[in-house]
Amino acid sequence: MVNNHIVPNGPKPKSIFTARNIMLYGTLFVVAIYYILPLYVMIVTSLKGMPEIRLGNIFAPPLEVTFQPWVKAWSTACTGLNCDGLSRGFWNSVQILIPSVVLSIIIASVNGYALVNWKFKGSEVFFAVLLFGAFIPYQVMIYPIVILLREMGLMGSLWGLVLVHTVFGMPILTLLFRNYFSSVPEELFKAARIDGAGFWGIYFRIMLPMAVPIFVVAMILQVTGIWNDFLFGVIYTKPDIYPMTVQLNNIVNSVQGVKEYNVNMAATLLTGLVPLVLYFVSGKLFVRGIAAGAVKG
Amino acid sequence: MAQSMRPNTLLRNLNAKIAAMPMIITVLVIFVGCTIWTVVHSFTKSRMLPKLEFIGFDQYERLWGTSRWLISIENLFIYGICSLVLSLVIGFVLAALLDQKIRFENTLRSIILFPFALSFVVTGLIWQWILNPDLGIQSVVRDLGWTSFAFDPLYNPDIVIYGVLIAGIWQGSGLIMVLMLAGLRGIDEDIWNASRIDGIPKWKTYLFIVIPMMKPVFVTAIVLITSGIVKVYDLIVAQTNGGPGIASEVPAKYVMDSMFLKQNLGQGFAASTMMLLCVLIILIPYAYLEFGGKRNGK
Repeated sequence: MVNNHIVPNGPKPKSIFTARNIMLYGTLFVVAIYYILPLYVMIVTSLKGMPEIRLGNIFAPPLEVTFQPWVKAWSTACTGLNCDGLSRGFWNSVQILIPSVVLSIIIASVNGYALVNWKFKGSEVFFAVLLFGAFIPYQVMIYPIVILLREMGLMGSLWGLVLVHTVFGMPILTLLFRNYFSSVPEELFKAARIDGAGFWGIYFRIMLPMAVPIFVVAMILQVTGIWNDFLFGVIYTKPDIYPMTVQLNNIVNSVQGVKEYNVNMAATLLTGLVPLVLYFVSGKLFVRGIAAGAVKG
Repeated sequence: MAQSMRPNTLLRNLNAKIAAMPMIITVLVIFVGCTIWTVVHSFTKSRMLPKLEFIGFDQYERLWGTSRWLISIENLFIYGICSLVLSLVIGFVLAALLDQKIRFENTLRSIILFPFALSFVVTGLIWQWILNPDLGIQSVVRDLGWTSFAFDPLYNPDIVIYGVLIAGIWQGSGLIMVLMLAGLRGIDEDIWNASRIDGIPKWKTYLFIVIPMMKPVFVTAIVLITSGIVKVYDLIVAQTNGGPGIASEVPAKYVMDSMFLKQNLGQGFAASTMMLLCVLIILIPYAYLEFGGKRNGK
């Protein structure tokens, strides 16, 4: 017997083009344009020649792709007397970044560990003030720090800036590590103590190997934060060792000469490249890092 | 006996104290010491060099009589209110939209959040270019045939701060969206089921049930946004450098310029003390709600 009537079975398939979906995806599409368009404009502008920029539309793709602006931004753009481009700022930033990240993470991780497992009288009070300090506007503290650095002979040097980054990165990093170590079961710590391990033994053999993910999060947080810093760079260093952000601002906002928008945009992209690459490579960990950075206290 | 015990208590747990030394020094010297130093010196007549010659509230009187400071405060106020409201609204709405079990959620989230990875200098320079009246959006729209179209916030003193606002929102709203999304994901599915059974429309559920439940997330977001607003400096320097004229000055820039350009330290100290006061006004009620409340609850 042939069954002519196939009875539909299961739920009725939903149409994709409901009014709700069109509204929803339409809105999201417009939103996505707002966020992505500036990046697109930067890339497109940096690949055009100046005549094309003057005549054309900033949203139009380049008719003739040129990498000249990138080369110029990297190696010959001028700031003041120096005409060796952003490469100088790039290497300065790298030299500032590496010791700052390493030093601040070492100090904060050991400190967070001490705060959880080796509490001493007053440790909680210091920690509370440290967190509170994260909210004090930097402007309140910058001048006395200038005096302190001058007394130490570090004013205008790389190491002075490294020290400043270490100090101002401390609240959030310490919080990050403290929260992580306090989630480690206490029994583990007690067992190690009974076995005779001391402060550093437990730190290096037990805590450190367990905390690798949180070290990565801390690194992401610090690399973006320090790379993007402008304020401390401009105050505590001198023109020869300005970090990339400061040099970028000087190149783009210099009043002399004809504005070369394509070179400016190439320079801006170059400066943004390090955190952007880090962002797209690290994905979820980046979100975790900023969420940890965001939820203070 | 008690005296011979003393070195012992100090030496006990010595390694932990050594490990915490950087924190102790930072707290005492930088956060407490430097702050007090600046506040004290705001009552002196320091100019090129700091000196302890007290003149009472003179610096503050001069500060509040300076038009540049008044404009800075006004800008901070406009920027602050707009950025707070817009960030919260945009952040929440976007999070709610992304929470509708949509496709490409991860892609969209990455797109909305990526500006947060960029520095304020980069952000300011990008938007300076897009808002350029001769070659940017304004000229594109005019070329399309609407020749009287005017959109040049960066060259118009009346609206320049809104031009900065567009850039600020672009950079920071992704973070708020991520926080809100995490908050929404923490809401129990049963709440939604219950409200669906009761026939409550979705927007009402959001407004009267979900948002009140997300109060802690909102408080965090508000504290985060406001403490960021007071610090606004690089964005202004890169995008407008305070111009046109002094139309987009902000307090943080006033402090920096007084200290490092105009050799007028006293004004810088007084202005930065006012900034500190702003933060305290926001922070103390928050700390009271957050920690005072908990203690009462215990």
